[in-house]
Amino acid sequence: MFRNQYDTDVTTWSPTGRLFQVEYAMEAVKQGSAAIGLRSRSHVVLACVNKAQSELSSHQKKIFKVDDHIGVAIAGLTADGRVLSRYMRSEAINHSFTYESPLPVGRLVVHLADKAQVCTQRSWKRPYGVGLLVGGLDESGAHLYYNCPSGNYFEYQAFAIGSRSQAAKTYLERRFESFGDSSREDLIKDAILAVRETLQGETLKSSLCTVSVLGVGEPFHFLDQETIQKVIDTFEKVPEDEAGEAGEAGEGEAEAAAAAAPAEQGGGGAGDQDVAPMEM
Amino acid sequence: MTFTIPIDNGDALKNAEADSQRTLYPYVTGTSIVAIKYKDGVLMASDMGGSYGSTLRYKNIERVKAIGKHSLLGASGEISDFQEILRYLDELVLNDNMWDDGNSLGPKEVHNYLTRVMYNRRNKFNPLWNTLVLGGVKNGESYLGMVSMIGVSFEDNHVATGFGNHLARPILRDEWRADLSFEDGVKLLEKCMRVLLYRDRSAINKLQIAKITEEGVTVSQPYSLKTFWEFQAFHNPTAGAQGSW
Repeated sequence: MFRNQYDTDVTTWSPTGRLFQVEYAMEAVKQGSAAIGLRSRSHVVLACVNKAQSELSSHQKKIFKVDDHIGVAIAGLTADGRVLSRYMRSEAINHSFTYESPLPVGRLVVHLADKAQVCTQRSWKRPYGVGLLVGGLDESGAHLYYNCPSGNYFEYQAFAIGSRSQAAKTYLERRFESFGDSSREDLIKDAILAVRETLQGETLKSSLCTVSVLGVGEPFHFLDQETIQKVIDTFEKVPEDEAGEAGEAGEGEAEAAAAAAPAEQGGGGAGDQDVAPMEM
Repeated sequence: MTFTIPIDNGDALKNAEADSQRTLYPYVTGTSIVAIKYKDGVLMASDMGGSYGSTLRYKNIERVKAIGKHSLLGASGEISDFQEILRYLDELVLNDNMWDDGNSLGPKEVHNYLTRVMYNRRNKFNPLWNTLVLGGVKNGESYLGMVSMIGVSFEDNHVATGFGNHLARPILRDEWRADLSFEDGVKLLEKCMRVLLYRDRSAINKLQIAKITEEGVTVSQPYSLKTFWEFQAFHNPTAGAQGSW
């Protein structure tokens, strides 16, 4: 995209019917580090790449719990993402308080999209520079949505956003038809494999990614480093032979998942020598 | 064109004239509601009377109404406040339907919404003068709860309002079972309503029984109960204590 005379204000249309400021906001999403979401009929997994500013700093938090049954992964301006997560938490808790019932995720994303749309139609505002992958449950099961800075939202079986997300999307496109009936463990494995795709050659370590799960009967929680590493170990050993590992992986993860207490993002890093003290 | 400009008398609590802006006493009231869970859902009984103080003024008031697909609301107390609540709920259900997304408000959600409304009004010293009974079925699960005008709210297998609390609940405590059939449930409710008819002076002999199951709501046509007034004790009521009250 090149600079042009119609891109100064969000309230200026171009002659070809485009709002350039909104499109530039969507570029900001593409610059952020990757976030991936996938869902089966009963579970949603959100995963992201932990990118830190420098070796000295910790990585930014990109996945947020909105409620027991809703989580969100962001890519782009994380500050905007935090603000929107706070809004989502507020909506969810207000609904919960009034109706003693979880807010259906489909309704939350509409509220979010309407909020984003407002910023595309006010001269004194700018669009939110963050893309949100919202995963959650409602009466009809598990859902995954992508909310754009433009105020659009789409439902997906699986999606990836952020830098080098195309590689992850290609991987997901090959496999998505089976996700609906996937087991929880297979879904987690696919999410981590998709994250690996975005690393483009860099060795996948549990410290480089954050994975969260939610599902029917399973409140939103982060997987701890140990659990993630175990999944990685099942395929990093023999990258080609994934089919053979699937059986082992299923067992190993089931044990690990059962043993792992719902931990805060990055908990349990004490035993891992590679993790810098600041990396949570 | 005529307009009515709302009068703002200021603080509803400190200003005497402002008392016209908040509920101080009820005027047209409905008497008890009795409701029970049964095998397939919930049954709710009420009479069709609206009393104006001690006068049985209105005799065709429906005090039980269907709310959305899954709930039934019965009210005792001020009838105009009940109508106001029905308007709130109508708007709530309308907005829920407009989402058109496969999610719908169940009885638990409606009950909690009403609890919030009643409690918030109570906090402003402007209550909706009702005791509400909310029953329903969603996804095979029966739900029955109550909210009072001060926002006290709870769920139970059988509930009653007003005089029903004193006269019907003891019967229900003794005779209610989880696996009541429809016929047995109606018989149980009629037993309670008959006692109320004999002993509650604001009850009239014209009642409706409403049923809600997974399939939906049915409200019966109004009918009356057979009563018996030839008990020996009534023939000479003061026999035990001549000349006394």
